[in-house]
Amino acid sequence: MKKIVQIENVTQSFDTRNGHFVVLRDVRLDIVEGESVSLIGHSGCGKSTLLNLIAGLTRPSSGVMLCDGREITGPGPERAVVFQNHSLLPWLTCFDNVLLAVERVFGARESRAQLKTRTREALALVGLTHAEHKHPHEISGGMKQRVGIARALSMQPRILLMDEPFGALDALTRANLQDELMKILAATQATMVMVTHDVDEAVLLSDRVVMLTNGPAATIGEILEIGLERPRERLALAHDAQFGECRAAIMEFLYQKQVRAAA
Amino acid sequence: MSAAVAVTMERVDDQGREARGAGSAPAAPEAGPDEEVGMNAKAAQADKGAIRRRGAGWLRALARVALPPVLGMGLLIGLWHLATLNGGGIPSPGKTWDAAVVLFSDPFYQEGPNDQGIGWNVLESLKRVGIGFGIAALVGIPAGFLLGRFALLAQMLNPLISLLRPVSPLAWLPIGLLVFQRADPAAIWTIFICSIWPMILNTAQGVTRVPQDYLNVARVLKLSEWKVFTKILFPAVLPYMLTGIRLSIGTAWLVIVAAEMLTGGVGIGFWVWDEWNNLKVEHIIIAIFVIGVVGLILEQVLMLVARRFSYGNS
Repeated sequence: MKKIVQIENVTQSFDTRNGHFVVLRDVRLDIVEGESVSLIGHSGCGKSTLLNLIAGLTRPSSGVMLCDGREITGPGPERAVVFQNHSLLPWLTCFDNVLLAVERVFGARESRAQLKTRTREALALVGLTHAEHKHPHEISGGMKQRVGIARALSMQPRILLMDEPFGALDALTRANLQDELMKILAATQATMVMVTHDVDEAVLLSDRVVMLTNGPAATIGEILEIGLERPRERLALAHDAQFGECRAAIMEFLYQKQVRAAA
Repeated sequence: MSAAVAVTMERVDDQGREARGAGSAPAAPEAGPDEEVGMNAKAAQADKGAIRRRGAGWLRALARVALPPVLGMGLLIGLWHLATLNGGGIPSPGKTWDAAVVLFSDPFYQEGPNDQGIGWNVLESLKRVGIGFGIAALVGIPAGFLLGRFALLAQMLNPLISLLRPVSPLAWLPIGLLVFQRADPAAIWTIFICSIWPMILNTAQGVTRVPQDYLNVARVLKLSEWKVFTKILFPAVLPYMLTGIRLSIGTAWLVIVAAEMLTGGVGIGFWVWDEWNNLKVEHIIIAIFVIGVVGLILEQVLMLVARRFSYGNS
């Protein structure tokens, strides 16, 4: 399997008013083509920081970050990000929000009509064809997040980075979107790294769950392989012993090994 | 608090008594004849009732909105009337009204440079405000963008702006007269100076407040500087900019009257001064109303524009 992202000995620290603050230390992780990886840990452990490092939105204090063998020096459309709060531009319609990304990636090579077709296809993929001419404030939170996913997928990225993509949604909408995301990932063979604090979500969606120790100076504590067959069915898995074991293993890590002082 | 509770309890008690009363009385007899009326007629009646009720509701809503301001205006005119009962310098409402009727019957007459209709005077002032404000917008808005984008520039210029902003614009008038040697450009210069600050400051604030999320989107997409400006920066700053413009126009309209009093020529400010010299005090009162109404219209138009560009965010 080809490694898409290589993270070697990465440490991230900030100089704050209260002194030197180490967020992440000695993180080593490889992400291979086509796999889905979840980053899980207590809040403040630096899982979003790690995702931002892969995205190139922040640069590591030390260590090496590679994408396709080349050093990550900044953000780029081959590492598409789905932001936690969707980050759609409120003055553009859903269609134009996606088109903005499509134009950037394919604008130089393709005709206007082709770009529009790509945009429509991306919106159709997340089931939002009917809402393409609406503005973000006219649609629900779940739909906004779908547009965010469509925007990311429309760029045909090498890797899809998601920062708690469903964190702000209600449980039913979240389950719905998780199921759809699994279908889309299966159909597009995309590679994904997702930050989450939801144990079920991590087990359901991932091939590997990366568990981070508590900050400050967090690092990777354990990595759990989720061997569950795909396609995965939410209902069937509810009574699946293996699913339960994976879940238990993560819970054990989070609530026994990394006990969090009550905040 | 205790009074309210007492009232509620009393009402409950009343209802209880009523309910008991109804229970003991024979079943409502007045329902009888109503049932014999045909269904259609009944429906039509209900419809008519609804329309009448809706009409009445509409009237009531109008009254609720319009009545208090009308009352306020009435109170003002009443007090004004009372204050002028014993004569004195201030003309009575009636006299002012008569003068206004004469004045507005021909607002655009022209008899020489110093005797023109009130319409011309207002338009002349608006023209000056438009030019001064327009130049201020052309300079101030780009300056605001630069100040918001480059911290060093902001650090350099913010103390200067803080120093100059509280200065009364009229203090700049002599400088304008000195530089331009003529009254008209000096007045426009004064308008320029007073309307530039809110536009610079609000635009700059808007730029610094563009959500980091949007800028992250721009970074991930690696948008060109031009795209960042047209698709993210400009639309995000627009509401702040419009607030700056609204404040600027308000100040400019305040200042033009004073500036024109000093510079002369044609214009509502000069007209007020001229009528003072002619001792036509009723015309001054009319001018006060006109200035107020024009200011109100400017403000409302810009509010309307601002509402058009405010996005229901997140």
